[in-house]
Amino acid sequence: MSEIKKFCYLNRTAPYGTVYAWESLEVVLIGAAFDQDCSLVFVDDGVYQLLKGQDTTDLGIKNFSPTYSALGDYDIKKIYVEKESLEARGLTVDDLQHLVWEDEDDDWAERDSIILVTKNELAKVIDEQDVVLSF
Amino acid sequence: MSTLHTVNKSSYDRNTLETCVSLTTKGSEVILIEDGVYSAVKAGNKASVIANAMGDVNFYVLGPDIKARGLSEDQLIDGIKVVGYSDFVELSVKNDTVSSWL
Repeated sequence: MSEIKKFCYLNRTAPYGTVYAWESLEVVLIGAAFDQDCSLVFVDDGVYQLLKGQDTTDLGIKNFSPTYSALGDYDIKKIYVEKESLEARGLTVDDLQHLVWEDEDDDWAERDSIILVTKNELAKVIDEQDVVLSF
Repeated sequence: MSTLHTVNKSSYDRNTLETCVSLTTKGSEVILIEDGVYSAVKAGNKASVIANAMGDVNFYVLGPDIKARGLSEDQLIDGIKVVGYSDFVELSVKNDTVSSWL
């Protein structure tokens, strides 16, 4: 691959009411195979995607939330969550899954993937991207 | 006439619940289903929409949709009744009409 671009996947929808969240995750996993610099952003109702303890048994549909914990293995180390979106919804980072990646330069130590950012900080992150894909 | 209103959208994304509640009459019933269940979280800044109407309107939330989304019953606004699919059917039958807000 000649040039590495910065890709950002912008997630703004809740997980099961529409198919956007699942589609986004599929595109992220496909894109991760191309060794690009990937960031995931969760804002607005998108923060609901990362809530821990999801159990869709009674709905008879697939619970895809365990897939987020595999993102570290796909070398996705930057998962930005907007602080204001969590607060408005009465949530804290403790309500979210604990997502990690393993640092090969430090004896595979686990590092947190989730980066809590303010709206202003998130604006800068998005501004630095080459490509923003919105879901 | 009694009406059961169903709301399936998050009030953090759409104003469906606010409009629905503002157009209910005393004794109406509202059930939150699908993404509508997010509006039932006590600590959220839209909780007042439900809390303020609680005296006149009965609020229900569909349990399987809460569970699917990783929410627990103790996170919900006090006074909202968590119900199952069979209770949803009973509510639909008990009321004269069902109004599905989209």
